Amino acid sequence: MCDKKSSYDPASLPDFLPMYYKRFFPYGAYFKWLNYGGVPKNYFSHREFSFTLKDDVYLRYQSFSDKQELEKEIQKRCPYKIDIGAVFSHRPRDQKAVKAADFRAMEKELVFDIDMTDYDDVRFCCSGADICSKCWPLMTIAIKVIHRSLCDDFGFEHILWVYSGRRGVHCWVCDEVARKMSQTARSAVAEYLSVVKGGENQAKKVNLYTGNIHPSITAALDIIGGKSFKSYAIEKQDFAGTDEQIQKILSFVPDENFRDGIMNVYEKNHPKTSYTFWNVFKEYIKEKADFTHKKLSNLPDELMLQYCYPRLDVNVSKGVNHLLKSPFCVHPKTGRVCVPIDHEKAEEFDPFTVPTISQLCDELATNDDSDNSSKRRVKDYRQTSLGRYMHVFDNFLKKLEKTWHGKIVEENGKDKQF
Amino acid sequence: MDFTPKTGKSAPTISSRRCEEYPHVLQFYKKPPSEDVTLHEFEDLAVQRVKVLKAVDSVGIRNIKGSKEYDEAMEKEIKKLRDVDWFVEKTSIKPADLSARRRKDHLSHFILRLAYCKSDELRRWFIQQELDLFRYRFLRENSASILDFLEKNGLDYQPIPHEDRGKMRDKLKDASFKMTSPDVLQREYYKVPFMEVLELVRGRKVYLEGGYAYVPQDELVVIVLASFREHLSHALAITSRAVPAMEEDGRLLKLLKNIHSLYLGNDYSTAKKANSAVTADMINGLSKQSFPPCMQNLHRGLKEEHHLKHWGRLQYGLFLKGIGLSLEEALRFWKSEFTKAADMDGEKFDRQHSYNIRYNYGKEGKRADYTPFSCIKIITTNAPGVGHYHGCPFRHSDADLIEQKMNKMSFPKDKQTKVMEYIKGSHYQLACREYFKAAHKTEEEIDLMHPNQYYEESQRLINGASAGETDNKTQTEPRGVKIIKVKSTNPNFDDSITGENMDELELASMETD
Repeated sequence: MCDKKSSYDPASLPDFLPMYYKRFFPYGAYFKWLNYGGVPKNYFSHREFSFTLKDDVYLRYQSFSDKQELEKEIQKRCPYKIDIGAVFSHRPRDQKAVKAADFRAMEKELVFDIDMTDYDDVRFCCSGADICSKCWPLMTIAIKVIHRSLCDDFGFEHILWVYSGRRGVHCWVCDEVARKMSQTARSAVAEYLSVVKGGENQAKKVNLYTGNIHPSITAALDIIGGKSFKSYAIEKQDFAGTDEQIQKILSFVPDENFRDGIMNVYEKNHPKTSYTFWNVFKEYIKEKADFTHKKLSNLPDELMLQYCYPRLDVNVSKGVNHLLKSPFCVHPKTGRVCVPIDHEKAEEFDPFTVPTISQLCDELATNDDSDNSSKRRVKDYRQTSLGRYMHVFDNFLKKLEKTWHGKIVEENGKDKQF
Repeated sequence: MDFTPKTGKSAPTISSRRCEEYPHVLQFYKKPPSEDVTLHEFEDLAVQRVKVLKAVDSVGIRNIKGSKEYDEAMEKEIKKLRDVDWFVEKTSIKPADLSARRRKDHLSHFILRLAYCKSDELRRWFIQQELDLFRYRFLRENSASILDFLEKNGLDYQPIPHEDRGKMRDKLKDASFKMTSPDVLQREYYKVPFMEVLELVRGRKVYLEGGYAYVPQDELVVIVLASFREHLSHALAITSRAVPAMEEDGRLLKLLKNIHSLYLGNDYSTAKKANSAVTADMINGLSKQSFPPCMQNLHRGLKEEHHLKHWGRLQYGLFLKGIGLSLEEALRFWKSEFTKAADMDGEKFDRQHSYNIRYNYGKEGKRADYTPFSCIKIITTNAPGVGHYHGCPFRHSDADLIEQKMNKMSFPKDKQTKVMEYIKGSHYQLACREYFKAAHKTEEEIDLMHPNQYYEESQRLINGASAGETDNKTQTEPRGVKIIKVKSTNPNFDDSITGENMDELELASMETD
């Protein structure tokens, strides 16, 4: 197993894709999702898809009238990447024939993109496109924090989390209210969920100020503050293990006396570990920041948020017609499938056990050998390691289906009256 | 049909009818006017309202909205605007005059909708000023008047039962910044779908539960404003689609084009031909000499990383275009920097980035000639995140970094203090002005609205007057503050970035995961 996983070679992608799109890509469930029961008329046929082909050839404004056409076209083109865009006022493939002013993006799921590269200043194991088991917990925290807020605060119910195939996760909020949101509304929600702010010229990127702390932040701190921070920052990242790291933390402390004070106490401490530093830091602030330096009393919370709070790419969420990589794509570089993630078991999700395209094709070949009856071929991908992820998607769909069943009955009732 | 005398004074019969038409000092401007207006009055009303909105804008730039200083500054402006102060009503005004004043409010608003619906940039400006004006006027009213207004406009919200309020007391308290538990119990709360109070949601200033926001009575204005904003931006979108048909009347077309062009100042969409000899090799030198701090940051970021992220490329690239860097030179400049990075060679650059640069210059895609970002846009939109160098340093950098920089450039102490004070008071453009004055050792007061203006002013001071006055289009300084008279210029509408263009631009540069 292990060998197979690491054996993916990006050059072999074109050899595997035809097989993947023929036997693995779940067209049925996929169409069921994006068609939303056919309740909003033309929802599927007005949806933009875009394909990235070999050599970065990029095809925008693809659209398909039904599942068969989608399936045929995907199998014909074998795209390296599929993006999902907005539902437009006209069929996207007619884009050139329609007056530019009339061709408008009407609706799209509310989406969030969380990418590990945005955490480069607070993870010390890897950087850029690389991830490892030491930094992945950041994504677990992100899923939990964002999911809680979307459900509890905003009342959304149909939320799909998807592994981006390499170094991050995507979130698709599919409630009707969410799909109809304007750009202003999308950016407002994204801002509400953004706590870490500031560019390369700001060291301290979280400010709670001295007032009350908003319930949604308190809830996030409950998620981060307990086990997560200890296990992630202290144990996995050893976030205060070097002088440089300690200097970085101290740079958030705006008061010189405090900086010196913390260091003085820490110098006397043995052993010098991230754990002891964190304790010194917390205790010192708790003791001294009570009265005259009220502003500093939030520092430990602010620090935890800066190191762990989810970092969203607001621009991806904002635009109604911003494209986002589709679930069940294969990441060309890693070969891994963009599989749904069960948010309730976010901790258990391990990006390194997500099946690669070559692994899946191998598994299928083995299955085919042992069972030759062609009747079962339609769903045979469920027999492979993709199956358990399909299960997550099925559960999401089952819940989503309920929203349109009521409406279909209603519509039918109307028809019969006449 | 209804004919209005040229003087604007109305006959008594009409006036009494208007009383019903304008039952309240505040309006949501839902019904367009249906009377005939002379061209002269049309133009006159337009200029009046622009004057008012311009005043609202300048007060807003200099003061924090809702602060005491803001209200005082508004008072002052109103006194200055006494010929056109129909937007405030004092008890001294005779009831008979009220409807004539409200009519002006009504008509002038609709006239400006026509003038300001054309592009995103114009719409954004217009909506912002109208909202600020509305907020100011709304907050002047007493609660009886407000309730009356809400009822007349179908906005009668019901407060939540006190029992529920008591149960949620702690959460409601925490969601507000400064309130205590007793504070919570002293006010009414309104439960509304979160979509109706997006501004409160955005700033995390309200308690959310299950998709509903619990809004304290003091923030009621936010709900009303949100409703006003939604209504207005929707109306502007519709108007913009209808305007082409109306423009067949050449008289109006000319008028409308002139109205907004004057008051937004130069948009720096096209580099001036006479001094457009900026080449890629000159940028390094010019950046030290004349670039505003925001662009110096981007330049430094580019030099250090040999890369800039999307918004950085956009902010810097369009600025460079604005100072006269030609497309060929721009390609040369970006390529020479980007290819210094280990993972970028010439071919890869051509494939991944040259399209976007050509796009900025209107050579690809929609072929729109994009305008450089103004200060307002840089300050208020797309705040920088990790790995970003764009944004406004006075708004988005640590204050001590600015201080360090000023020390390094040995600015006089008093200037430094002034810059820091402005930053503390959130007056970023004023901070930049002080910075400019110190950097150029001048005492000239310039209202900085645009990074490209900073550059041009700087070049003017360094090279003498010759650089800035090459063609009369640029004679907009002091920018837009006192210009009232309508004169003929030739703005180019198509230059502005519309929502759709912008999205395409973003997509064109999507980075792959």
